[in-house]
Amino acid sequence: MQFFLEVLLGGLLSGIMYSLVALGFVLIYKASGVFNFAQGAMVFFAALTAVGLHDMGLSLWLAVPLTMAIMIVLAVAIEKIVLRPLVNQAEITLFMVTIGLTFFIEGLAQAIWGASVRKLELGIEDVPLEFLLDNAGIAISQFDLVAAGIAFVLVAALAIFFSKTKVGRALRAVADDHQAALSIGIPLQQIWVIVWGVAGFVALVAGLLWGARNGVQFALTFVALKALPVLILGGFTSVPGAIVGGLIIGASEKLAEVFLGPYVGGGIEGWFPYVLALLFLLVRPEGLFGEKIIRRI
Amino acid sequence: MNIAKKILLTLALMASGGAVVAAEQYIPAIDYRVGPYAAGGSGFFGGAIDYMTLVNINGGINGVKLIWEECETEYNASRGVECYERLKSKNGGASMVEPLSTGIAYGILDRVAQDKIPMTTLGYGRSDAADGRVFPYVFPLITSYWNQAAGMIKYLGDKEGGLDKLKGKKIAFLYHDSAFGKEPFPVLEAYAKQVGFELLKLAVPHPGNEQQSQWLQIRQAKPDYVILWGWGVMNPTALKTAQRNGYPREKILGVWWSGSEEDVVPAGDAAKGYTSMTFNTPGNYPLLDELKKKVYAAGKGNLEDKSRIGSTYHMRGVTAGILWVEAIRKAQEKFGKGKVMTGEQVRWGFENLNVDEAKLKALGALGMLPPVKTTCLDHEGSGAVKVQRWDGAAWKSITPNWVVGDRAMIRKMMEESAGKYAVEKKITPRDCSKEG
Amino acid sequence: MFYREAGQFKATYAEDSQIFPIRQDRIGMAIILLVAFVAVPLFASPYYFSAILIPFLIFALATLGLNILTGYAGQLSLGTAAFMAVGAFASYNFMLRIDGMPILIAFMLSGLCAAAVGIVFGLPSLRIRGFYLAASTLATQFFIVWCLTKIGWFTNYSSSGVITAQQIEILGYAFDTPMSKYLFVLIVVSVMALLAKNMVRSNTGRSWMAIRDMDMAAEVIGFRPMRTKLLAFAVSSFYCGVAGALYAYAYLGTVEPEGFSIEMSFRILFMVIIGGIGSVLGSFLGSAFIVLLPTALNVMFHFLEKDLGLELPSGISSSVELMVFGALIIFFLIVEPHGLARLWQIGKEKLRLWPFPH
Repeated sequence: MQFFLEVLLGGLLSGIMYSLVALGFVLIYKASGVFNFAQGAMVFFAALTAVGLHDMGLSLWLAVPLTMAIMIVLAVAIEKIVLRPLVNQAEITLFMVTIGLTFFIEGLAQAIWGASVRKLELGIEDVPLEFLLDNAGIAISQFDLVAAGIAFVLVAALAIFFSKTKVGRALRAVADDHQAALSIGIPLQQIWVIVWGVAGFVALVAGLLWGARNGVQFALTFVALKALPVLILGGFTSVPGAIVGGLIIGASEKLAEVFLGPYVGGGIEGWFPYVLALLFLLVRPEGLFGEKIIRRI
Repeated sequence: MNIAKKILLTLALMASGGAVVAAEQYIPAIDYRVGPYAAGGSGFFGGAIDYMTLVNINGGINGVKLIWEECETEYNASRGVECYERLKSKNGGASMVEPLSTGIAYGILDRVAQDKIPMTTLGYGRSDAADGRVFPYVFPLITSYWNQAAGMIKYLGDKEGGLDKLKGKKIAFLYHDSAFGKEPFPVLEAYAKQVGFELLKLAVPHPGNEQQSQWLQIRQAKPDYVILWGWGVMNPTALKTAQRNGYPREKILGVWWSGSEEDVVPAGDAAKGYTSMTFNTPGNYPLLDELKKKVYAAGKGNLEDKSRIGSTYHMRGVTAGILWVEAIRKAQEKFGKGKVMTGEQVRWGFENLNVDEAKLKALGALGMLPPVKTTCLDHEGSGAVKVQRWDGAAWKSITPNWVVGDRAMIRKMMEESAGKYAVEKKITPRDCSKEG
Repeated sequence: MFYREAGQFKATYAEDSQIFPIRQDRIGMAIILLVAFVAVPLFASPYYFSAILIPFLIFALATLGLNILTGYAGQLSLGTAAFMAVGAFASYNFMLRIDGMPILIAFMLSGLCAAAVGIVFGLPSLRIRGFYLAASTLATQFFIVWCLTKIGWFTNYSSSGVITAQQIEILGYAFDTPMSKYLFVLIVVSVMALLAKNMVRSNTGRSWMAIRDMDMAAEVIGFRPMRTKLLAFAVSSFYCGVAGALYAYAYLGTVEPEGFSIEMSFRILFMVIIGGIGSVLGSFLGSAFIVLLPTALNVMFHFLEKDLGLELPSGISSSVELMVFGALIIFFLIVEPHGLARLWQIGKEKLRLWPFPH
């Protein structure tokens, strides 16, 4: 029972880390209807830039805001050069354009900072909490708890931003129909810059936390793959969905790997979340919190 | 020289066309410097190219200069095949090839035999390719995965005070869930049966950036040792997750793909005390000093970051360079000194390689790599490994001598596996007694 | 001027329903086939066969397969490489386990295996749509590769977990030179492309397009969505399966399951989108773009570095290549969001009007 609890808790905490990445996808999809394939590359770029600046001698307190400024510049550039000419194009074209962006950003990051693997210390110890280890025999890392806290704050802030502010409501209108939003006077360009900027911020946070966990290297782009089942399960358009989806995916993949894995040769974590999400979709095709898809002829 | 002049010169050269005869020994460098494994690719090929540059500065191989041409594969098999096909016939023909990628090595396995170009696969790829009768053109030099796994068990046995002391112990095998990770299964299983230890196999799905469930299983099972057979981001993640779950890193033993600076530095303090296999003894050697003095001081070094000189991947690249050059030198001894060797002649050189301690001492690399002696039967040539420990800042060797597992047993397994391949591909193995 | 159908009358129904109703198209096609079958084998070097043309054709076939599913039937899929893996491993096992198996039959059967797998994994498409479906087809991708890695039987218990394709041999003739392999691939691909072209003009193709454009409306007017969608999955997977078998047999020779990675699935999807969704021609154009462009960039940068002496630190040029590749994709999509095939159509329109634009 104690082992079960440990696996469950470990899974939930890993799940939060997935949610952080998934959030970036949700933001952009929600606000522009674009499935942003480049989110993984943005995570990598942001983390690498922050660490690169840090390694040049800047303190983290300076390097992180500076990186944020760079991410905003990137957002403006993306809007001006890439998105503006493609207003009102098909979803799949916009998707493809973000793939082009992915190559570009990955190349850019490596051209500037090189391909070497870097270490990132955030000053949060990644060791099991002794109190829990001694009393309950459960190993929970301090770092994971802090990361979970950050994720929750971020989600709460974004949820409020979307539902309560004027910009947030405008964002939702844009997602429904680019042209209609433009015609009623919503400044589409500004909105996109804001949303890509915020997504850049989320990428930076995710990048810093994942980078501190596994090192800052190209493999950071792969965390996007962990976020996809979370997105399907939680719904592409729901901020709380990303968190709940992350928790469910994290916990169930760990439980499956530990308790089911040994019977089939292990390594099922790679596909189990996808199959789970798939089964779930068969019941609810729009995900847990996604907007109900109403189809008319 | 300004660019305009260079353009003119190039055009003049192009106009003169085929008149320029290649009097140089050409080696294509099918490498990768971007993407997830770029750190390994740039270090390894950086080392090999540095060494070749040094050989050229010192006058080449009996006067024959080496040239090379790079091609970016991004570790992608089909890009690698394209690179190989594009580069193989340039500059009078490639004399050998080393892709440092299992996928690309498989993609060109048949092609190198057809084109008669020897391929080295230093420490990776098919283990059974060490059987030179079935794979005449493939050279898994120094250590194949199987001998490495055998070396691991030997080392753990020594640590316990004898192989029989491992009886009743529990060893967890944490592996990258792919062909690469499954490669040592037969060896470990054979040992587990022979010695009587319990083998717990745990798969980590690619890319391995999340391992909580595997380490919880390890925490539950409390194995005496964990063998880490990882790759890329899987390695620092394993060390970090081990720390998070309170498993002592001293009891983790990694394969050589898990034993470079790039694998431990991102893990920070979590990596302290971790041990891994290697076929280079970490440290400084006269050869590395010579590289710094003659190559880097002259601005001809290949590494951007000079602090990586002598790092694990760089040293492995230098090692590869040494073996390549020695194979060409050996071929020249037979086929004519000071001449450019063909792929087939270099293949003979690889097959009759004898890099002994005296030779290594002369090169200034004594102890850096084990002595290598290949034959027609044995394309591996050594099978020896060392164990190194990360002290938080550098790798330190902790086995004074080279560790060698049960080579006879491994040899038998290799021959069985190679025999099966030969039957499937309808290859008649060469008769080694007839090779000169 | 050059491309005018004026004066070409169709007098019979058969004439009206031929694949290329316009004479210029027929001539163009004949020239392309002539070049592909005669001129290329006469003049190309082994490098072009084995490093450029063969992968181009194989990826074109896979792209065609995905295009049938995504472009014609409107179902986004990211599991293409997995279907290719099924094809490759199935034909290996057919060849290995059945004595005297003719290779073409093995390819057909492996295609059918892939089709069967495709039907199973296509079932969710009955309820799920769009990016949700795309992301859930990733389940196919990971699950199949996992199965091939885990179950030893598929690789004949090879310790390295790889398969080595047998020799291609038809009626005693061994296809072992780059040129013969190229011709073999070319024949398979041309025949299948012709079949695809016909299929998408037939009742089947029209039902796919009806489902794609608005599935509820299609249902109302009598198309059965289940049958139509699953058929699209089956046909698409069949094409991908054969492409996978060719990939193993005529291109790489030795393949590992991980070779059919998610990156490959994505690459094939890029080819579909860049080439043009719902276009047979686009499949070939897209494949050419994605296969050739990185190589062309690499060659160009080599030229810049070696011959012009622009010494870049090692590694930078690789990164810059990647950036240029990404930028070109973006550029092409901005210029023509509907892919290269649409550019060709616009070109045709221009040719028709030239030299009088009105």
